[in-house]
Amino acid sequence: MTANEQALLAARPDFAAIARWVTPGARVLDLGCGDGALLRYLWEARQAPGYGVEIDDAEVVACVKNDVNVLQMNLEDGLSVFRDGSFDYVLLSETLQTIHRTEQLMREMLRVGREAIVSFPNFGHWQARLQLLLGRMPVSEELPYAWYETPNVHLCTLTDFEDLCRRLGTRIEERLVLHAGRAVSLLPNLFGSLAVYRCTRG
Amino acid sequence: MPDEDVNAPQHPSGSVGVVTPQKARFDAPLQLRSGATLPAFELAYETYGTLNAARSNAVLVCHALNASHHVAGLYADRPDEVGWWDNLVGPGKPLDTERFFVIGVNNLGGCHGSTGPMSTNPQTGRPWGGDFPVVTVEDWVDAQARLADRLGIDCFAAVMGGSLGAMQALHWALAYPERIRHSLVIASTPRLSAQNIAFNEVARQAITTDPDFHGGHYYDKGVVPTRGLRIARMIGHITYLSDEAMMAKFGRLLRRGVPGFDFDIDFEVESYLRYQGDKFSSYFDANTYLRITKALDYFDPAAEFGGNLSAALARAQAAFLVVSFKSDWRFAPARAREIVRALLDNRRIVSYLELDAPGGHDAFLMEDPRYHAALRAYFDNIER
Repeated sequence: MTANEQALLAARPDFAAIARWVTPGARVLDLGCGDGALLRYLWEARQAPGYGVEIDDAEVVACVKNDVNVLQMNLEDGLSVFRDGSFDYVLLSETLQTIHRTEQLMREMLRVGREAIVSFPNFGHWQARLQLLLGRMPVSEELPYAWYETPNVHLCTLTDFEDLCRRLGTRIEERLVLHAGRAVSLLPNLFGSLAVYRCTRG
Repeated sequence: MPDEDVNAPQHPSGSVGVVTPQKARFDAPLQLRSGATLPAFELAYETYGTLNAARSNAVLVCHALNASHHVAGLYADRPDEVGWWDNLVGPGKPLDTERFFVIGVNNLGGCHGSTGPMSTNPQTGRPWGGDFPVVTVEDWVDAQARLADRLGIDCFAAVMGGSLGAMQALHWALAYPERIRHSLVIASTPRLSAQNIAFNEVARQAITTDPDFHGGHYYDKGVVPTRGLRIARMIGHITYLSDEAMMAKFGRLLRRGVPGFDFDIDFEVESYLRYQGDKFSSYFDANTYLRITKALDYFDPAAEFGGNLSAALARAQAAFLVVSFKSDWRFAPARAREIVRALLDNRRIVSYLELDAPGGHDAFLMEDPRYHAALRAYFDNIER
């Protein structure tokens, strides 16, 4: 592993989990791909070719620099440019909480992909609960924004997300809950700050 | 290898400096899509930078409606005549002539030096005029391939263009898939809409109904259908700019400060259109204009696949960069996304930029920092 990759995994602990689940050579679609770091990592670590979707100009340019395929589109408009079942994995890495039309996107992910891998900050983490209890909106490493400037519109807890999966008929194949880069098994909805789910159509 | 004058002084700010157009003559007949055959033809072209030993760093820049082979640099005797994509092409520019050997070529049927309606018809010894065949994007690409052969280029690192130029870049990937590694398709569409064709037809009608047109044989009469060409250009210009860009540029400014209650120039935008029309009709050939608009209308790679663009693009092997501009209503982003979708269906390597630039269709010629940063990054990753 290169120093760059180590730094990347330290900054984004969900990437390692995602890479473990992605089989070598699988076709990947990364929604809200940022500068393309995950796609590049998956290509280098798993030889998994893919495309990213990103709306921000600067991030799209960064993707082109990173030599990953990027499509500048708005996820809120759906994924109509992609055919049914055209990907092995559709990734939504720490982007779920910024999406307005969450249900539509969840359905679209499992239309175009065999599996969906979703990671998001857990709003049920004890620090978030404590800050609310003390009368303030939570601000933490996973939720770094003040309430008036946050791009996050749909924050949820592990339990909330699992409820939504049940409602959509989405099957949860695997779940990994993390805090500070380590797996959390005791009371994950309380002690986990980041959750990664692998889902299928069920 | 033909190259610009290496002794020419370097123009400041990353210009390729003084360039000299060249000509290549081809004596083997060229079969055109219309069924006609051109017995022989000449292509005017310019090159910038140096072809490397592996002959693997060539980039072909295809022009759109009114441009030419003069992509970058300037002419020694006409220093004001700067290449039409000079902001993109040059040493240290996004398409860096220190790394790439860049070629601009005037298309067949053109009026800037390549064989076209103003050239002599070998059968009559007089200008072709209205008898010059209608040429298509496919014909242009075939002719460009001959030039590539002549320059010893088996495979282009990239072929790029905006608008009609992008159609050539796309067709290159279909007609010669093994001869192009990257295709840059900017501000384009896989086919014109009825509205696009309608605008072209108004432009053509303006020309062909000009009393000085004489069925295209106006050279013999010593006249030019200036009025028609002028109106054709004015119509074109309206479609190249967005409503927003026009409003920002001209607003409702009155030339004389107050309404004239006559038919002289009142609004600034009228002055602009008249100026553009006058300028264009002074140097551009009406017969060429007619043919180029037809080439636009006919381009439709999906047609021979029952309208299935994905099937049409299955032949392509190149990696693609597709770019559209949100304010471009002539070839709107939705049209570019059709190309992207067809490439995705074929699992081709593709990136797509949809930039929120205000310039309308002409945005592809403008120096938007995000746009140029993306092109620079893309070219930087192209192996030579």
